[in-house]
Amino acid sequence: MEEVICLEGLSKKYGDLVAVDAVSFSVHEGEIFGYLGPNGAGKTTTIRMLVGLTRPTSGEATLNGVSILKDPVRAKETVGVVPEASNLYGELTAWENLVYMAQLYGLPKKEWGARAGELLRDFGLIERKDDKFQVFSRGMKRRLTIAAALVHRPRLLFLDEPTTGLDVMSARGLRQVIRKLKEKGVTVFLTTHLIQEAEELCDRIAIIVKGKIRTIDTPAKLKNQVQEVEILEMKVHPLFDSLPKEMESIPGVEKATLVEGKIHLIGKSVHQALPPIVAHLSGKKMQILSIQTLTPSLEDAFVKLTGVDGEIMRVDKPQKMGGGG
Amino acid sequence: MMRKEIKKIYYIARKDLKAYYLKPPLISWGLMLPVVFILAFYFRNPQGIEEVIPGLVGLTILFSATSMAAIVITFEKRTEALERLLMAPLSLRTILVGKTLGSAFFGLLMGFVSMVLVTLFFGLKITNPLSLALALILSSVSFALIGILISVGVREIFEAMTMANFFRFPMVFLCGVFFPVNAMPVILQVVGFCLPLTYSVDALRQSLLPDGGLMHRYLDLLILAGFT
Repeated sequence: MEEVICLEGLSKKYGDLVAVDAVSFSVHEGEIFGYLGPNGAGKTTTIRMLVGLTRPTSGEATLNGVSILKDPVRAKETVGVVPEASNLYGELTAWENLVYMAQLYGLPKKEWGARAGELLRDFGLIERKDDKFQVFSRGMKRRLTIAAALVHRPRLLFLDEPTTGLDVMSARGLRQVIRKLKEKGVTVFLTTHLIQEAEELCDRIAIIVKGKIRTIDTPAKLKNQVQEVEILEMKVHPLFDSLPKEMESIPGVEKATLVEGKIHLIGKSVHQALPPIVAHLSGKKMQILSIQTLTPSLEDAFVKLTGVDGEIMRVDKPQKMGGGG
Repeated sequence: MMRKEIKKIYYIARKDLKAYYLKPPLISWGLMLPVVFILAFYFRNPQGIEEVIPGLVGLTILFSATSMAAIVITFEKRTEALERLLMAPLSLRTILVGKTLGSAFFGLLMGFVSMVLVTLFFGLKITNPLSLALALILSSVSFALIGILISVGVREIFEAMTMANFFRFPMVFLCGVFFPVNAMPVILQVVGFCLPLTYSVDALRQSLLPDGGLMHRYLDLLILAGFT
């Protein structure tokens, strides 16, 4: 599989502060690659180095095989960037913004109008094409910013915190757009601090903490890494306080606890103990209302792998306001 | 490759003109500047107005080009819109030239308007149209670059304005706008000769008035081109 992004020992220092510390990984063609980490982990600094906004202190990176240090202009030709702030030009209309991007990315003149119209239709903004960017809602600004990044049909798209500050419907719409881009073969590099978003969208995830990559894997494998025990959750009636102690006497059940009116049975392969558990409950004339296996979430994996409280990751970042210009 | 770059320079400059410079409030601010300057000096001393006109035209270009370049770039830095250019496949040279041309055009336009005003109302004869045109163009570009230089080191628009005045106000007094450079103490003359407005005003004076300047007008233009 072709490597669209390749980083080798990429670092960025600000004085004594190491924002990104010798990061190395590659992103394959056509995948959605998540770059996950808490605020201040080095996600945006990495993206800023890759798109030419910040010069790395050391290391090397290539985009579509072109070095960002040796030939930055050519490296940027096949790349689309959606920065954290929706920073198009407030004084220009939606149409003018897209045409201006088409000009800067060197599209032939005859394609400017057609491409702008196509994107405005795709993103549901065609009826607002003559409105200035500055009067758009936050969700519309975000959609137009993504459209602007796609004007030149890039093979690789960088998305920096794309849904931050958006309402639920707008965020869901954007996630659908990202999935459609993948269907069209666009490689997506997605930075986010939202674990659920990364789990929902990404083929592979890199977790960065304090400038260092902790792990890179698929969401499923990341979760498997922390699945050391099985948890069987059962709802039974009637539920007695003595039940956990009784359950712990069954071979295979290492621990049993009551959680919010349910009993959690924990063991390395607790599902194999299910027949004697059911038999025990039947013998006690207890009715099983529901039964399910609990698997660890990506958040559990994140907490385990990084030591960062998952609660921190659920807090939305302060919204950057761009696009006045 | 060069043709592509020139086209992109043109698109950057044209976008700036459309989005910022050619807006009615800025045009009227730009036009007020030379009118107020010229009228203020005319009412004070109608006979001596011709003497200060080259300096006032130079000042008009200085204030227009530096203000606009500094404000627009600082504004785009603030809203992060400038990053759009840095993320696009453009060299820094393309961005710099595009941004400079936008504000230089605004300065040139204001310089041209003030020239039209003084020739219409004071019957001033242009003695050398070629050197006048070159002086207006080179002054606009050189002053726009000062504005861009100012915008590099600041984050807020008010800082840009303060910094611009730090550069501009000494030039008002040291560059032959109101009194000849060679009539000043030697130390101030040295400072004056280090500032681009001196050469701009001297070239304009020799293009508009019959009397001689500090040096040959084309030497003025050459030095001005050197500043650019």
